[in-house]
Amino acid sequence: MTSNNGNNNFSALTEQQLQLLSSAASSLNSNQLIWASGFLAGLAGAANALPIPPSSLTTEQASLQPTLTILYGSQTGNSKGVANSYKASALEQGFKANVVSMSDYKPRQLKNETHLVVIVSTHGEGDAPDDAVELYEFLASKKAPKLPNLKFAVVGLGDTSYEFFCQTGKDFETRLLALGATALAERLDCDVDYESVIADWTVSLNAKLKDELKPVVTEQVMNLTPAANAVAESLYNKKNPFAASLSESLKITARDSVKDIRHIEVSLEGSGIVYKPGDALGVWFSNDEAMVQRILAATSTNAEDKVLIAETEFTLLDALLDKLELTLSYPGFVKKYQAQTAHQELAKLMEDKVALREYLSVSQIVDITEKFPAKIAAQDLVDALRPITPRLYSIASSQAEVEDEVHLTVAHIEYEANGFTHQGGASGFLSTRLQEGDKLNVYVENNDNFRLPPDPNTPIIMIGPGTGIAPFRAFMQERDATEAQGKNWLFFGNPNFTQDFLYQTEWQGYLKSGLLSKISLAFSRDQASKIYVQDRLKEHGKEVFEWLEQGAHFYICGDALRMAKDVENALLALVAEHGNKTTAEAKEYVTNLRKSKRYQKDVY
Amino acid sequence: MSDDNKFKVEGKLADNERMKGKSHLLRGTIAEDLKDDVTGGFTADNFQLIRFHGMYQQDDRDIRAERTKQKLEPLHNVMLRARLPGGVIQPHQWLVIDKFAADYTMYGSIRLTTRQTFQFHGVLKPNMKLMHQTLHKAGIDSIATAGDVNRNVLCTSNPIESKVHKQAWDWATKISEHLLPKTNAYAEIWLDGEKVDSTQEDEPILGKNYLPRKFKTTVVIPPQNDVDVHANDLNFVAIAENGELIGFNVLVGGGLAMTHGDHSTFPRKADDFGFIELDKTLDIAAAVLSTQRDWGNRVNRKNAKTKYTLERVGVENFKAEVEKRAGVKFAASRAYEFTSRGDRFGWVEGIDGKHHLTLFIENGRILDYPGKTLKTGCAEIAKIHQGDFRMTANQNLIVAGVALEQKARIEALAIKHGLMEASVSNQRKDSMACVSLPTCPLAMAEAERYLPEAVTEIEGLLAKHGMQDESIIYRVTGCPNGCGRAMLAEVGLVGKGPGKYNFHLGGDRQGTRIPRMFKENITDTEIMAHLDELIGRWSKERTASESFGDYVIRAGIIAPVVDSARDFYD
Repeated sequence: MTSNNGNNNFSALTEQQLQLLSSAASSLNSNQLIWASGFLAGLAGAANALPIPPSSLTTEQASLQPTLTILYGSQTGNSKGVANSYKASALEQGFKANVVSMSDYKPRQLKNETHLVVIVSTHGEGDAPDDAVELYEFLASKKAPKLPNLKFAVVGLGDTSYEFFCQTGKDFETRLLALGATALAERLDCDVDYESVIADWTVSLNAKLKDELKPVVTEQVMNLTPAANAVAESLYNKKNPFAASLSESLKITARDSVKDIRHIEVSLEGSGIVYKPGDALGVWFSNDEAMVQRILAATSTNAEDKVLIAETEFTLLDALLDKLELTLSYPGFVKKYQAQTAHQELAKLMEDKVALREYLSVSQIVDITEKFPAKIAAQDLVDALRPITPRLYSIASSQAEVEDEVHLTVAHIEYEANGFTHQGGASGFLSTRLQEGDKLNVYVENNDNFRLPPDPNTPIIMIGPGTGIAPFRAFMQERDATEAQGKNWLFFGNPNFTQDFLYQTEWQGYLKSGLLSKISLAFSRDQASKIYVQDRLKEHGKEVFEWLEQGAHFYICGDALRMAKDVENALLALVAEHGNKTTAEAKEYVTNLRKSKRYQKDVY
Repeated sequence: MSDDNKFKVEGKLADNERMKGKSHLLRGTIAEDLKDDVTGGFTADNFQLIRFHGMYQQDDRDIRAERTKQKLEPLHNVMLRARLPGGVIQPHQWLVIDKFAADYTMYGSIRLTTRQTFQFHGVLKPNMKLMHQTLHKAGIDSIATAGDVNRNVLCTSNPIESKVHKQAWDWATKISEHLLPKTNAYAEIWLDGEKVDSTQEDEPILGKNYLPRKFKTTVVIPPQNDVDVHANDLNFVAIAENGELIGFNVLVGGGLAMTHGDHSTFPRKADDFGFIELDKTLDIAAAVLSTQRDWGNRVNRKNAKTKYTLERVGVENFKAEVEKRAGVKFAASRAYEFTSRGDRFGWVEGIDGKHHLTLFIENGRILDYPGKTLKTGCAEIAKIHQGDFRMTANQNLIVAGVALEQKARIEALAIKHGLMEASVSNQRKDSMACVSLPTCPLAMAEAERYLPEAVTEIEGLLAKHGMQDESIIYRVTGCPNGCGRAMLAEVGLVGKGPGKYNFHLGGDRQGTRIPRMFKENITDTEIMAHLDELIGRWSKERTASESFGDYVIRAGIIAPVVDSARDFYD
């Protein structure tokens, strides 16, 4: 058995290593390959050779020009999209610009930067997205260098319906200023309808940078644009969605369930749309007409009134049905609505910020207009509302299995309040208002932060309670179809075993076939004390840690507010306990998992 | 060489034989299945093996298709059938089962059954051990109430002949205990009992492969035939002298189950083997059981019951073998007569001066209904009652052994909770159905859920023809296995498909004549049309007090079944 070892010692790589290297190299352009060869030589040569960062990957001529580094921290891909489109505009100006994900960025490189644009989103209770966490923490740590030569601009992406709106963007700005950096422009906080403000901001920032980043025309710089991205991007996107059709909408919680969860199948036939397990589907939706009629009545407006949105004329009815956000509430609406109607009670409510936020969190636009009815001009009503935004749902299918279909797992929100039935905007649209065969506008939102391991033999641990199960159904379909050999362990939870075991018979089938190695279930209401996925994780701590030590990837999908945090705490605890580590060491272990993309989250 | 295997049927054994043989005396891998939280059901052999522990895996069939579409498995649960020899249960035990039914069953009911016991319907897997442990603490088990074993032993609910009943009931209990499986499996699996090596255990009476098929035993006190002796494999007919039990006539080989379309199966009445003294009772019970164990057909389960063994080997051969094994000669049968099968509703006074209240429970389903809080009422009675309760083979409940001074309180509670409704007709009291849909996996047509409205229609027909004071023994069973004992009714319906039944006529009121099929596979509406015509004729043509079943025979509307093995399908 040992006779051949002599040869292998001198062969460059094992077959597996060679495969990995080839696969990595195949995505590089010629400049990158040249750089990579130097990088590898450097690694082999001496311990002192720090890797040369990608931003210096240019010809000598190009390096004379200051480089604009665009860092993005993205959970769902919006920041990445803004970063890429801003870069395109910067390149048009002749600037030299790089887009880098915060997760790929070496924090120590910051001190070499001169011009920086930070585009970062905020999640849950003011949390930084996963791929921004490391940089975010670095900036606040003692290790952070002084940055007197750095000029920067920050764009925060957020949602005013959350309390800590754009908090991460604010924090980045505060920390950079504290390190001595200079702001190039006022921070831009974007709400969910950010396209037009970003466009204005781009123009104004580029004007400011014109003198700072003197254009030097070099083909080499242009070559840095990763061409591969453009090719992979679909013909259809948020602005240009595909008119798909609904093939099935089925309640998959049983009749006595406290939840109403739908399995939705959408046909993408004819679109050529390609998606990967882990991606999300953006769904445009129409508002409920009954609800719109109530708003018309409460505001004494007429359905046929003509209004303008972005210079296009609509009837008020059409605008409210298809163009404006009505099922989420936001302080901006209250402010404008009050300004136009001079409603006194509403003014009073606005004085107490906490009370207002609480009120908005349980109210839709219809509730506000009914509670504070007032006559308002149709155009003023429209101007007070923000544009409707599509909802993103983690895709629950793999095209390896379903081909030109896409499946979703949607929690249908429906409740009685103020004397009538309220529904979630998109969930009500998908679950009840849309009939099978009806059209709906969709697009795929890539999520490279939630991907199966590149190696099909890598084990995975999936934590997906509730609708968090969705991407793992996609993962299992993919691994089934591709005959991936890696072990798969699913943690699922919901209120009741008999009512809420989503896709039960499919998991039973995968267990039987051996695709699913283990399943750990937590049905919170089936016993006196509530049991959740994090409790199951703790119970199986030893084995989970063994899997991690075998290289397992660890995924969480679902509720960001509580579940994801509880699971992360359970993960830290089990790593500490079974890895015999201090709290700090466990944290570092998990941080390393995250850095090496072995710990990925899709939480909302 | 012994004659143990003289009449053994050769051939490839039925799969259930492999299952029993490999089960390590009924253990199987039930314990592993209990830990499997991905399914609410049991796998492979365990699905069958839990029956020997008194449970059937069932599901809500009304929503089976809906759940399949929802990517959910059927709503698996178990039905538990308790072992209560003679149907006697103490008030403190009643309160325990009342609470368990409320807290841990999907249907929230206590279901009294034709096997003179109660069933829980809709217990989910995680609650199964709790159920057995709860019952165990209260002194109740469910060992061998299903499966190929001797099942719950019935005993006539006769509260009047108190002394004879007490003696008969003691024998029912002793027989039940004597014929029970001896394996420790039940205790190990459900009660966390100590593990015992099954290879060191023995089943001296049942044998390690248990019986070829289910086996049912009764102790009956004439003139009542409430237990329906002809539906049972083995019957001990109580013979009393001067108010003392002195022995039993032994009837062997009754049974009602059949298979649609298979003429090798048929309902059959029991044969009278003769009289035995009391002290031979257990020996005879064991000898009948072991003869059937060794001679019963283990190749074809459809012909495996004692009744088919008797037909195949001959009654005399079987009887001789029993005498040989028991070391007893049967004496000539003592005279007895059955006059009725129904329960005597309302209060009766026993010879011991105690009072007994028989409550009519429609379908045996004890549950709180709007305006009729039967379950609460029974529990309220249990809280103050100082005697016992007796479940009857007609699915009713007797509050037995009430002292005179308590009568009024108990009656007040019974009235308050709708347990003593004067308006219940004789027809309703003489009607019976098995559980059937939605829980029974064998059901082919509705039974329990159809019965109340069907009885209302028959009441209407009786009234229409001026016969409202009369009744017809009317029974509906959801499938030909016959838990509803339709094959001993004057009018018996056997489920054939949704809304469709085989319509049998011509049984008698005492339960000694099997009814014959009059029309095959017809709708409930067609059946009512036939009954309308037949009741009309009966009202005009009957002789004084002639029963409906006797009338249809005499009038030549249907030929009597005399020797079912040969003439049932004529």
